[in-house]
Amino acid sequence: MSQLERVRALPASRLSYAWSVARRNASMYRRTWKLNILPNFFEPVFYLWSIGLGVGAYVNDMAGMTYLEFLAPGLVCVAAMNGASYEATYNVFVRLHYEKMYAAMLTTPLEPEDILLGELIWSLIRAAIYGACFLIVTALFGLVPLTGGLLALPIIALSGLLFAAIGLAFTLRIESIELFSIYFTLFLTPLFLFSDIFFPITERFSGVWLYVAEVLPLLHPVRLARAAYYGPAAVHASPLKLAWDLAYCLVLSTGLLAYARKWARIRLTD
Amino acid sequence: MSNVVEARALEKRFGERHAVAGLDLNVPEGVCYGVLGPNGAGKTTTLRMVYGVTRPSAGTMNVFGLDVTRHGRAVRARLGVTLQDNVLIESLTPVENLRVFGRFHLLREPELSARVARLIEELDLGSHRDVPAGKLSGGFKRRMAIAMALLGEPELLILDEPTTGLDPAVRITVWNTVRELRRRGTTVLLTTHYMDEAQRLCDRVLIMSQGKAVVEGAPDALVQERLGRAVLELDCTPEDERLLASAEPGARMLRVGTRLFMFGADGAQLTAWLGRLPAEHKRPFVLRPANLEDLFLAETGSSLEASVEP
Repeated sequence: MSQLERVRALPASRLSYAWSVARRNASMYRRTWKLNILPNFFEPVFYLWSIGLGVGAYVNDMAGMTYLEFLAPGLVCVAAMNGASYEATYNVFVRLHYEKMYAAMLTTPLEPEDILLGELIWSLIRAAIYGACFLIVTALFGLVPLTGGLLALPIIALSGLLFAAIGLAFTLRIESIELFSIYFTLFLTPLFLFSDIFFPITERFSGVWLYVAEVLPLLHPVRLARAAYYGPAAVHASPLKLAWDLAYCLVLSTGLLAYARKWARIRLTD
Repeated sequence: MSNVVEARALEKRFGERHAVAGLDLNVPEGVCYGVLGPNGAGKTTTLRMVYGVTRPSAGTMNVFGLDVTRHGRAVRARLGVTLQDNVLIESLTPVENLRVFGRFHLLREPELSARVARLIEELDLGSHRDVPAGKLSGGFKRRMAIAMALLGEPELLILDEPTTGLDPAVRITVWNTVRELRRRGTTVLLTTHYMDEAQRLCDRVLIMSQGKAVVEGAPDALVQERLGRAVLELDCTPEDERLLASAEPGARMLRVGTRLFMFGADGAQLTAWLGRLPAEHKRPFVLRPANLEDLFLAETGSSLEASVEP
């Protein structure tokens, strides 16, 4: 009966297998983390300095707060978005198509779903590292109250989840690495510029454009992060609107991960 | 003796192309089994169906008595695979690479370190244990890839073209490793297009062509049964070939370009046949034992220019 026992012993451990995939990436990251993490600290300093302090000097008030205060929560979400995106796009594509790493993984007990989940976990870890670095810098600028900072942590994770899901679905679907330049310049860059980070879209856009803006993924974690930093009342966020932002992130992530799962099977098995 | 791998009427279609077209495969426990064939014969597709990454279009594939399409993970937990191309993390050392792959089998400390240390020892990887894999030689990387396949202590080891692109000395070390594993009871399933490799290593071989089995059996017995013990090779004009064939209608011959191969029970028989040629047509010839290469030439390949039926 040992065969049957072995069969039964195995399926419970999807998360253990996925964790082994994430640890593979961690083993590589460990070699270079000092170099990798350094820009994560400097990038926010540059942004806050240049746009926050520089441009902000000409802005007396932005939606009822200083420009630096307005800027900080959004940029934390962007950091998480970037952390997740680098990992879920180029790195996954290279492991899939160039290094044939997943083909080698599938000679072990791993299954495509374990690999996808492992890459998702690792993307979240990278998003958390980027986002947390940014959060620490904004705290050093004196922009985050302690409770706000703690509340922002799950929003960093949520932003990471959303962009890991988008990135993985896109990466598994495409066949040419060239398409990432479109992904970054025609998708992520406009999100960065038009998601309530640099100016309140409700004050500059009107009518149908406000509804169009609601489609943009980055807008939702940004609004949630701002509410986390300063409290919902200070940013005029109704519970309904926050619930919508949260639901948007979770539903879209779930849907895209289901799609990515289908494509992981298509790409990794035949 | 039970079969570790049992495939029945196995098929795999990719669109219009039949990569595997009705194959029966039985790999008995404890043997070294070679799947031979030209490129595109369906060898790698067959292996991928054994470890469950390619799903058969028709037919069944059982490994360790389990249906692979339903128990892929359980089957892969008990086998190891070395792919045609080494897949290593170039920035990590052999020890780190092995630790990463060990975790894919859910190995935990202290077992993980113990297995890694043992494989470093057994595959003689100790000399460069702390050098990034990207800086190692092809032979060293190949041994590393085999070590990685052994992390799960497999009952079945699958090797896809294990020595392609390796220099002769490294090929010998790989062969020795395979022999040692087999001696310890591991079943080995390998593909190769080196006939000498198959003849030296394999207890049984399957010659595939265009997704189908051509012949199957123990290599020496197969060669003797189908071709005899000896081969005589010579450059020969078509007229001389006709002369030889008419003088000895039972003889099995095969032409590749200008080269004629004659197969016989032994050398004496072959030289006697050659004696039928008029003295002025005599040419230098080579007389040698028949091998798997000859069988392969005789049994496969429309690309070969001619073959004479017995």
